This record gives sequence, C-alpha cells and structure tokens, in this order.
Amino acid sequence: MPDDRELGGSDASDQLLTNMFPGQAATDEMVLSRETEALESDDILVTKPLGFLFWMAIGWLGLVFLLAVFANLLPLPNPDFQNYSAINATPNIHHLLGTDDLGRDLLSRLIFGARVSLIVGFASVAIGTIVGGTLGLISGFKGGSLDISLNAASFVLLAFPAIVAVIAIVAFWGSSLLKITIIIGVGTIPLMFRVVRASSLSFANRDFVIAARTMGATTPRILFREILPNVVPVAVTFGLITVAGVIVLEGSLAFLGLSVPPPTPSWGNMISEGTANGNLSINPYIMLWPAAAMFLLLLSINLIGDRMRQRFDIREGLL
Amino acid sequence: MIGRRGPQNGKRALEFPDVGESDEPLLVVENLHTSFRTGRGTVHAVDGVSLTVAAGTTLGIVGESGSGKTVLARSIMGLLPVRDVIKSGTVHFAGHDLTAMEPDQLREIWGAELSMIFQDPMTALNPVKRIGIQITESLRLHLDMDRKEADATAVELLRSVGIPSPEQRVRWYPFQLSGGMRQRVMIAIALACAPRLIMADEPTTGLDVTVQAQILDLLGKLQRERHMAVILVTHDLGVVADRADEIVVMYAGRVVERAPTRTLFAETHMPYTRALMESIPRLADPSGTRLQAIPGRPPDLIHPPKGCRFAPRCAFAQDKCRESDPPLRTAGSPDHLFACWFPLVHGTSTAPSASASASAAGDTTIDPGPVVQSP
Amino acid sequence: MSTVSAATAGGPPSASEDTVLSVDHLVVEFKSGRQRVHAVSDVSFQVRKGETLGLVGESGCGKSTTGRALVQVQPPTSGSVNYLGQDLSALSNRQLRKVRTKIQMIFQDPISSLNPRRRVKDIVAEPLVIWKRGTKDEKADKVRSMLEAVGIDPDTAGDRRPQEFSGGQCQRISIARALMAGPDLLICDEPVSALDVSVQAQILNLLADLKARFSLTMVFIAHDLAVVKNVSDRVAVMYLGKLVELAGSDDLYRSAAHPYTEALMASIPEPDPEQKSAHKALSGELPSPLNPPSGCRFRTRCPYAAPLCAEQEPLLREVAPGHQVACHFPLVGGKADTSAAPNPAD
Repeated sequence: MPDDRELGGSDASDQLLTNMFPGQAATDEMVLSRETEALESDDILVTKPLGFLFWMAIGWLGLVFLLAVFANLLPLPNPDFQNYSAINATPNIHHLLGTDDLGRDLLSRLIFGARVSLIVGFASVAIGTIVGGTLGLISGFKGGSLDISLNAASFVLLAFPAIVAVIAIVAFWGSSLLKITIIIGVGTIPLMFRVVRASSLSFANRDFVIAARTMGATTPRILFREILPNVVPVAVTFGLITVAGVIVLEGSLAFLGLSVPPPTPSWGNMISEGTANGNLSINPYIMLWPAAAMFLLLLSINLIGDRMRQRFDIREGLL
Repeated sequence: MIGRRGPQNGKRALEFPDVGESDEPLLVVENLHTSFRTGRGTVHAVDGVSLTVAAGTTLGIVGESGSGKTVLARSIMGLLPVRDVIKSGTVHFAGHDLTAMEPDQLREIWGAELSMIFQDPMTALNPVKRIGIQITESLRLHLDMDRKEADATAVELLRSVGIPSPEQRVRWYPFQLSGGMRQRVMIAIALACAPRLIMADEPTTGLDVTVQAQILDLLGKLQRERHMAVILVTHDLGVVADRADEIVVMYAGRVVERAPTRTLFAETHMPYTRALMESIPRLADPSGTRLQAIPGRPPDLIHPPKGCRFAPRCAFAQDKCRESDPPLRTAGSPDHLFACWFPLVHGTSTAPSASASASAAGDTTIDPGPVVQSP
Repeated sequence: MSTVSAATAGGPPSASEDTVLSVDHLVVEFKSGRQRVHAVSDVSFQVRKGETLGLVGESGCGKSTTGRALVQVQPPTSGSVNYLGQDLSALSNRQLRKVRTKIQMIFQDPISSLNPRRRVKDIVAEPLVIWKRGTKDEKADKVRSMLEAVGIDPDTAGDRRPQEFSGGQCQRISIARALMAGPDLLICDEPVSALDVSVQAQILNLLADLKARFSLTMVFIAHDLAVVKNVSDRVAVMYLGKLVELAGSDDLYRSAAHPYTEALMASIPEPDPEQKSAHKALSGELPSPLNPPSGCRFRTRCPYAAPLCAEQEPLLREVAPGHQVACHFPLVGGKADTSAAPNPAD
C-alpha cells in the first residue's frame, strides 16, 4: 500500500508561482489541458488575514444593528417629542447629538431611523435572495425551457428603470415600511436570480455533480448539498452589496418624500429635513449625523462584502 | 525558412557575440538560489543550482511537482516577480549577466535571444488576438520589420511548425485551434526572432501521447535546423530520454544528479533518479507488472528534512543519510555529478546493508571524487 | 514484482455467463448547431467479471463519452448498455438510481471531481448518507477505514477541504468515495493523466490493490497505451468513435494488427536513450467527428491506406482467438500487405 500520509506543504514554490502568475494558473476546459503543476500544489494557500478594517466594519454594523433593535430599551427621549425649549441645540449633555429645528433629539431620531434603513435594506434583499436565489439555483441547474423563460422574464424586469418604477408604484400604492420593503424586494429578485443562476450553471456540469448522480443522489439532494454550498458565498457577497444599494435607494426615496411618512424618522428623511428650510446653514447637525451614519454603514457593508468575496474565493481558476 | 537576422537591421542595443564559435557555453548558471517569503515561512524553492548549456544542445530538467524545476526555469529567465522573492547567484547568457540586468534590457533579450514555451498554451496565448498578430508582435518589436514583411514571416513560421494552410490560420483565434495546434503556435511565437535558447516548461504535459511525440519531434527538428539550445523541463524522464544531451535531476530545490543522457541511464548513481525511471510504465513489461512507485511526497521546502532530502523516501537510506547532507560530487567520469552518500553502482546500492550481496558481485566500490559543490 | 495472469485475455466476444457489462451497438451523437457530432459510432464490447478492460485512444476519439454512457450520465442515442443483463436505458429513474451505486466512476480532474465546499469525511460518507446505510458511528468507522485503505490519514485529513490536497491525494479521496458506494464495476476515466509519473505509479498500484481487495471489475480509460496496458487484461483501441482493435493486452503489444495501434505504441516515450524509438509519429490530427471520413475513418492518417479503405468500411473481425481488428489490411509482423485481396469476411 503506498505510503502517502503526510499532509505537509511541499509544493510551496509551485503554489506561489500559481498565485503570482494567475494568468498561467487558470485552466482551460479542454479535456486534457491542465496544469499538472497547479494541480499538484497544496495547502500553502496563504489566507489573507481579514484585517483591522474588516473588524472595524463588523463592529460598526453590529453597533448600528444592536442600537436599532434595542432602541426602545435605551434611555432615549421619544424621537417624535418636540422640546420647544431646546430648538436647534448643539450637542450637549442632555442631547448628545443636539436637536433639530422642532426640538427633537437627534440621537434618538438617528437610532430609531436606523431601523428603517436596516429593515428596508436587509429585508428586501432577503426577499430577493430567497425568491430570486431559489429560482436561479433551479434554473441554472435544470436548464431547458424553464431556464429560457425565467431568463427572459428577468431581462424584462431588469429593463425597467428601477427608480422610476419604484416612484410610480409608491405613488399609487402608498409608502408604509412594509410596502416599501416589498416593492424594493421584488425589484431585487431579478438581480439575485441572474447572479445565482450564473453561479449554479457553472457548477452544474462539474465532475463532482456527476459523481453525486452516479452515487444515486436525487436532484433535490444535488441542488442542496452539492450546488447550494458553492452558490451561497456568491449570493451572500452580492447580496451585501445590494443591501448597500438598497439603503441608498431608500434614502433617495425618503429625500423625495416617498419613503415612510413623517414623523417616523429614517436617515433619508432626516437628511431631507436637514437640507430643507435653510436648515443646512442654521443647524448642519440635522443633516450631518444621518449622512455620516449612512456613509459609514455603506462603507462597512461594502468592505465586508469585498473581504468575504476574497475569503470565499477558493481560486476559481483551479476548478 | 527564416534566416537569422543580424543586429544590423534590428534595433538591438546589446551586442551578442556569437558564442557558438567559442568554447564558452551559451548559458552558465552558478549557485542560483530562489526563495519566497510566505505567511508560513521562507520557501527555499531553488537551493544552490549550477548548470551549463552549450549552444545548440538540449538540457533536460527533470523532477516531480514541487521539486523547484519550474521556479528554476523562471529564475533563469528572470521572470519572477520582485515582491517577496529572494534571489542570489548568477545567470550568464551569451556573456551577459541576466541577474544584473534592468527590466528594460531583459525585455530586449526575451523573445529575441531567449524565449519560453509554456505548459498551457491556452492561457499563454492572448484569447482575443488573432494568432498572426501574436507572432508578428515580437518580429516588429525586436527585428523592426514592417507590417507586410512581418505578416509574410508569420505565415512562414506557421508553415514551419506544421500548421496546415497557414495563410488562413494566421487570422484565427486561439480557441479555434486544438491543444496540439495551439502548442505549435506557441513554438512559432518562441521561434519568431530566431532565439539561441528556448526554455520549454512542460510543453507537452496536457497533450495526448501522439501529439506529444509530434510536438517534441518538431522541436527537435527546428532545433537542429536553427542550431538553438533547448532546456526541456518535465516530470517524465521518458520524454527527455532520447531527446536531451544532458539531464539534470532536481529534488527539493537541488540538483541531485546531472550527467550526459546516456551515462545517466546506463550508470544511474542516485536512487531518486532510478526511482523516477522505474515509476514509468513500460510497454514491453507484461500487463499487470507492478510499478515501483516512490512512496510519500516531496518534502516541505520551508522545513526541509535534515541530511539528504530524499532520505525519508529512499529505499537505501542509512543513518548517515539522515544526519548529514551529501555534497554534489563526481566519481569516475568528470561530467557525472550526483549527491548521494551511497550511490548505486550497476543498479545496486553501495549502502552497508545492501553491500553484503553487492560486494560478492565484485567491483561495486566507488571512488569518491572531488566535491563539486558543498551543500 | 507480481504479474497478473493474462489468462483472461482472449476468448469469444459473445456474451457469456460471467459477463458483467455488455455494450451493444452503442451510438452517442450530439447536436452541434445543425450538424451532428458522431462521438461514438456503433461500439460493442463485453466486460467479464473480475477483468480490467482498457479503452485507449486520442482525445476526441469518444472514449470518455463511452465511459459516461456506461453510467448513463450521457444517454445513448441508440444501442444498449447491459449491466448483469439489465438494459440500463430501459430502467426507471428509481431503478437506475439503485443500479448506479454498483457502477462507479473516477474522473480525470481530481480537483473538479470533489466539491470544494465540503469536508473530506463528508464527501466520502456521501454514498452512505444517500442510501441511509448504518448509524452515525458506523458511517464514521467506514469512512475511516476506507480513507486508510486509499492511503489518506483520516485523523488529519477528515476535516479538511479538497483544495488543501495535492492532485494525487484528491484522486485517492475520489477513489475512496467511489468505493464507499460498494460498486462491482469501476469506470476510471483518465484517472492518472493529470498527475506526475511518480504519483501516477502510486495511483495505478493503489487501483490494482483495491481491485483485488474489493473484487472489482474495471473499465480503464486513458490516452497512454503504456499505462492502459499495465493495468488492463484486455485493451480496446478507439479511433474517431469506432472500435478499431480489441485484444488481450500482451497480445496487442506483441502483434498489433491495426496501423493505428502501432502508431499509438510508437508515440510512447520510452525511458531508455538506447532505444531510439522508430518514431513513426502519427502525422496530422484527428479529423472532425462532425464529418468523419468515408470508409475506414483512420485512412486519412494511415501510412498503408489503399483505395479500398476509402470505399468500404472495415468491420471488426477476428484475426486470432480473442483478437479483433477493423482493418482491410491488418498488420502481420508489423507489415501491411495491401496487395493481398481483402479478407472475405468483409
């Protein structure tokens, strides 16, 4: 029996070469063209550390989440309470971030407003991912007429100018938090469908899928055990970037007065209020805090998405 | 046939004396070291390699994956990235020290005097450029040809590498060609400026045996016609057996045996070389003959084993092999180098445990020759 | 050195009692735009219990497609694949799922054949999980012993993922997974052509050991005749979708009757500088399977081609017991006699 037990890294040099010459490491799909060197390389995969910035981003996202979830339990004034004795107050011990032109506490409004951004951002993308992702997974794997029709439908939906469509629907249907989430969620379905379908398609004919079939695995099992784990990282990474986009979209809608109606705070309508009635010159804090919070949130989400993509990317060129 | 073009109608700034006339070898590599800094430690991929290649000859570099042969090839070419790479030693090519050259000067040599054939032509060729353009690029750059002249030369080159109807094929894209045809195009590109040395890194590894034979025959024919030197890097001793003049066997970043081809096969001294030979299935052996596989895998080049690096996998290893590193030395013939404390003689080990039966067979002692290179 | 008896070589081609797999007039065609790719054209052979049948040819000759048709991953256009007398293409999905565990496949690309996101022990346990065989502990024990059988240390390897292993190790893991299903028949599709010669020898030896240990029947597909001959009892040579020669492997080496087989042997690099190979390297490339040549498909590259070869397709016929060849002018002692009248069998 051959003795091939050690798992120590041996082909470090070749591995490095593969990393340093990515063009040459990529393989073509020809049956016999393969880089033996690359195949023989092993576990020197020097995993890049996630880094300080990544953990900062996670920290910020986590903080915003926790504050938004537990906003009711925090010793904060009611975000809608108008304290006429403290209009346009600058940050002080009673109002840590100051107040707006109606005397409402900005910290409280910022924290309650985060709820809207986060709910719209994550919930609508969750709708898109669950519906679009499931359809994409099946469509890419099965192919055939199902794939052709779903694909065509996704193109039609994507051809709509999103912002115009959303404005039109909101104008007709109204703009509660639930409705906004559903409308934007439906809008992300074709996006997630396309991304997941492409990924599913690329794995559908891999040898490990054929191997699963020859072992007697049923189609659902192949979809969920073999394809899904490979598609999830792609969906999560792309989903995160979409979340950032949706938060901006909600902000734009709020700015146009088409998101959750006042007085419910959202970052978008806070910015909108901060720039209205000459407030920008009287009290820039009204607009500054939500703008800064949104900027940091978007930066964090994009950074996390990018690092996760790097981490999940198991040298696709070799597969 | 494309004649060799002198510097007079090229724009070569460097002078290349015709070393083919003198005794000076075309390529002299001395004590070359290449290491990579990684997260886990420093990988000593090439660890003190010296070799020479005379003009017009073929050197085979043989080793398993992870033996450092590919890194050696790229180190000689000067193709390694600067970041996280530590290099020392010298590479003299046609009288120039490549290791001391600026990137600009190297670019003048690459393609023109020294060119490379990669293992995977699909990735080495640019997928969105017609193959004709890819050939004429270096002609126009190095030989200062005009477009018409370069196009005509490209057709001639494709014809000389055996591509049928080259007038049409120059307009094709790489994906329209089969794997073997793509490798022929790679060879045409490498040949374009009539280089003196071609570095072929596993040129036939992804190909069928029939196509492999065609490509190697083609390379040999062109080499003879143009008096080029070739370095053939491979994992298969069978590939270089009747094509190389000299063979260097690499293991764990070092040269473990180096000899003219016939000598190497007739008088293998290093057990590793013998093991590589025996792992190849032979047609003449009866079906079901058990192959002599080398157990285990090449060592970790971050923490190579103490003593002889092959000792953990060697059937004849002794305590001495595990303790101290054998130097590269000669015995008998001066051009046969090996790094082994107990070299094989007539296929039998001179290791103490094996010598009981061997000494009975008569002359198996080997005079330790001068040490060529200490570890 | 152990030598496997070649006694199983030869014998009549008709299906007999110990036939495990019988392929009859297998045809596989693909649509490519408006044209048809004739990947496998009327191929028939039998595999007997306990033997290894080699399938050799250049890329594009249809050998891998044949291998995939054997496990019904590639449905045949016509013809049948019979496993122990059952026509696989006539089975229902449910029946086919059950039979499939008995016919397992090993692929060329060791990395692509393992799911990069799953741990080695889960990959190897998959057949047991699919068929709900045994308790959790029993499964874990089986996985351990199978990984040990293929030379992978279950303690260090079990929790790792495929990309942490070399090509040779991945191939061992694939083999472990295939054997876990409990197959009778193992289809190996170019299992060593992506590996170094030193690793190739390890895997070939491992396959020989496992074949004996688990009493397997094998179909071994490769492009290198030296490799195929080493592991096979009988060898079938394919060219452009056709079977051109079928013989016991030593028989084939001693007296190759088809010019293509001779050319395949000549192209193998021998690790011996004294043996300057005759180098009758085959010229040209495989013609397009979209539009195969008339008559004998090899005639466009055959050094002995005569006018008859373009007119009439040579049928597979027996030139010696157990040795079939499809050639009008089969080689005798390495020479073709094209002046002779073609065999009356045509």
